[in-house]
Amino acid sequence: MSAIIHGAGAATALSTFNPVDSKKLAAPCRTNLPARSKRYIVAGSDASKSFGSGLRASHSQKLIANAVATKTDTSATTGTGHELLLFEALQEGLEEEMDRDPHVCVMGEDVGHYGGSYKVTKGLADKFGDLRVLDTPICENAFTGMGIGAAMTGLRPVIEGMNMGFLLLAFNQISNNCGMLHYTSGGQFTIPVVIRGPGGVGRQLGAEHSQRLESYFQSIPGIQMVACSTPYNAKGLMKAAIRSENPVILFEHVLLYNLKEKIPDEEYICNLEEAEMVRPGEHITILTYSRMRYHVMQAAKTLVNKGYDPEVIDIRSLKPFDLYTIGNSVKKTHRVLIVEECMRTGGIGASLTAAINENFHDYLDAPVMCLSSQDVPTPYAGTLEEWTVVQPAQIVTAVEQLCQ
Amino acid sequence: MALSRLSSRSNGITRPLSAAFSRFLSADTTPITIETSLPFTAHLCDPPSRSVESSSQELLTFFRTMALMRRMEIAADSLYKAKLIRGFCHLYDGQEAVAIGMEAAITKKDAIITAYRDHCIFLGRGGSLHEVFSELMGRQAGCSKGKGGSMHFYKKESSFYGGHGIVGAQVPLGCGIAFAQKYSKDEAVTFALYGDGAANQGQLFEALNISALWDLPAILVCENNHYGMGTAEWRAAKSSSYYKRGDYVPGLKVDGMDAFAVKQACKFAKEHALKNGPIILEMDTYRYHGHSMSDPGSTYRTRDEISGVRQERDPIERIKKLVLSHDLATEKELKDMEKEIRKEVDDAIAKAKDCPMPEPSELFTNVYAKGFGTESFGPDRKEVKAALP
Repeated sequence: MSAIIHGAGAATALSTFNPVDSKKLAAPCRTNLPARSKRYIVAGSDASKSFGSGLRASHSQKLIANAVATKTDTSATTGTGHELLLFEALQEGLEEEMDRDPHVCVMGEDVGHYGGSYKVTKGLADKFGDLRVLDTPICENAFTGMGIGAAMTGLRPVIEGMNMGFLLLAFNQISNNCGMLHYTSGGQFTIPVVIRGPGGVGRQLGAEHSQRLESYFQSIPGIQMVACSTPYNAKGLMKAAIRSENPVILFEHVLLYNLKEKIPDEEYICNLEEAEMVRPGEHITILTYSRMRYHVMQAAKTLVNKGYDPEVIDIRSLKPFDLYTIGNSVKKTHRVLIVEECMRTGGIGASLTAAINENFHDYLDAPVMCLSSQDVPTPYAGTLEEWTVVQPAQIVTAVEQLCQ
Repeated sequence: MALSRLSSRSNGITRPLSAAFSRFLSADTTPITIETSLPFTAHLCDPPSRSVESSSQELLTFFRTMALMRRMEIAADSLYKAKLIRGFCHLYDGQEAVAIGMEAAITKKDAIITAYRDHCIFLGRGGSLHEVFSELMGRQAGCSKGKGGSMHFYKKESSFYGGHGIVGAQVPLGCGIAFAQKYSKDEAVTFALYGDGAANQGQLFEALNISALWDLPAILVCENNHYGMGTAEWRAAKSSSYYKRGDYVPGLKVDGMDAFAVKQACKFAKEHALKNGPIILEMDTYRYHGHSMSDPGSTYRTRDEISGVRQERDPIERIKKLVLSHDLATEKELKDMEKEIRKEVDDAIAKAKDCPMPEPSELFTNVYAKGFGTESFGPDRKEVKAALP
């Protein structure tokens, strides 16, 4: 089955791929693994083609008047694609990977017979059995540890935290064992786990169920963190995370599970370390991820009406940052606004601000501005909850302020 | 045969065997039956018999390997005091019987995972003295390339999963390994070792619950040396019958200073786990050193207690008496063996001291596995390349 990587960037990405004749991959030590053929895909990051001196010319020809990028170019390759919701996309990705590799298993609370609290694992237990889709008791510390122990021997567990906040109980396992074992064993063990779950501020779920764990995990060396935001990248990132030899934490958002989108029929994966260009622009770079992407796009509509041309990048890769895409954007627009859902103190935005200042200081015309959630536990009352997270109106004000 | 078994146990020890010792290898393979010193105490299962099948080779191998382990730990003590080993160094002397007995009962396909008191278990799993001392001194030739240290010894090919600093965390890992063994139908078991201090960690009970629920071939072994660093077991645990703590999980209490009792118990546990799921073993053992090199070990226990245990229950002395009583060697031969071992250890230390420190570039290797073809780039990467497996 041919698989395609779509480079970041909805508008211009054109992946050229050179399929190499199938090369048998040496199967790992477990028995009964079917040999897989290897295909090489080289996807140039779109920045390599479109940025540089030819930029102005090419861009003025393709001036994008609408706020939301059209998806017509991406599914131009084959087929008609099919429409589904984000949680179905995650399920599709998971199911395809479980079909493909018998080492992939899922463990978590209520993932099996119940079908998953957000239906991401629905139907998988019936298809793959109880040994591959494991209902665990409520013991995050232990089952995360068990997943990591199983990964040390070569299995590829996908560990689900029913809510990301519950994974705080497994922090020791994630930090010390998951992140560090590859290093402390001198490379002997790899930990190919995927830790996933919904996080973020939902609809009045209360303080303990509205946590943003990406800020707590971002310092752990040895792990990768990605955040999905659309059905397309949810499926792609899920597949890439499962295939990766490194531990990957996949952050989903409670409020995004019902997003509908048309995704390609053919198999594809997304690059774990790459950011996604949502809307190319000229005046200001807006960096965002997960749910805030939609607040930004809503603000972008208003901004376009007011005459601004924001460039919106969904950073997707929270650790490591895709400084290449981000840097090229900064070099173009010279102004950066970061919109995130993490709290102000020690969040992803804080690290990103530091990284941009360190690396691209000379290209900035204005200080990097970071809009984050308030440093408070998320209140229950609806109006208060609304004010903890960044709203589109605030984004518009911030852009206007930065672009003076 | 016996020779290959011996060399596999002392893997990496490149010195040729002494003439005195090799005499014994051609000795008879007649089995010897040895009675364990104490009966087993069982919880929810039938204890195994006290008669252990052994042979003269095994007795001599036990003696030699335990003496090697003892010597290695004492040498590590001096190295630490000479500031060649830094940080934490937890020594295993006094507890050698657990490592040896366990190895004798299982194969290299069975997994062992333990906490930080792992030097001797690493050796038992086939590690070499050179790897041990290099890792302790942070050199390149160490088993973890010098990046792990005393608490992070691993040997993947012998299914030794470490080597963990945070006690208690290794038990869920061990149950995960057991799960993978069941998943892949390996017919192997996992021994997850922990101490009496870590026995109070909640994650143990969580992992035990899952293991019992899913019938995993996990064997939880509590190396009860009666002190959790400075806290005696009666001050830390309401119930110090660690083998009973599994409640619905069977348990066995074993004299951990008797290598043959340990061997019998581990054999019994392996058979049990493959059929019936998890079992807990409690090894009643003792450590002569303090918790680690920064702990004198005498502020919370009397010197009389330590010397009392050394006189009455020392595992090496016990084997020595057995060897002498079965006429397998003379006193002098055993003394020569010990001298030879001492020399071996000294040579390994000298060789490790000559080994270079890791290269500075090693700081950044092994943080991520460069699998899947994608690599993380800094600001100047030109192309994203990915190979789909």
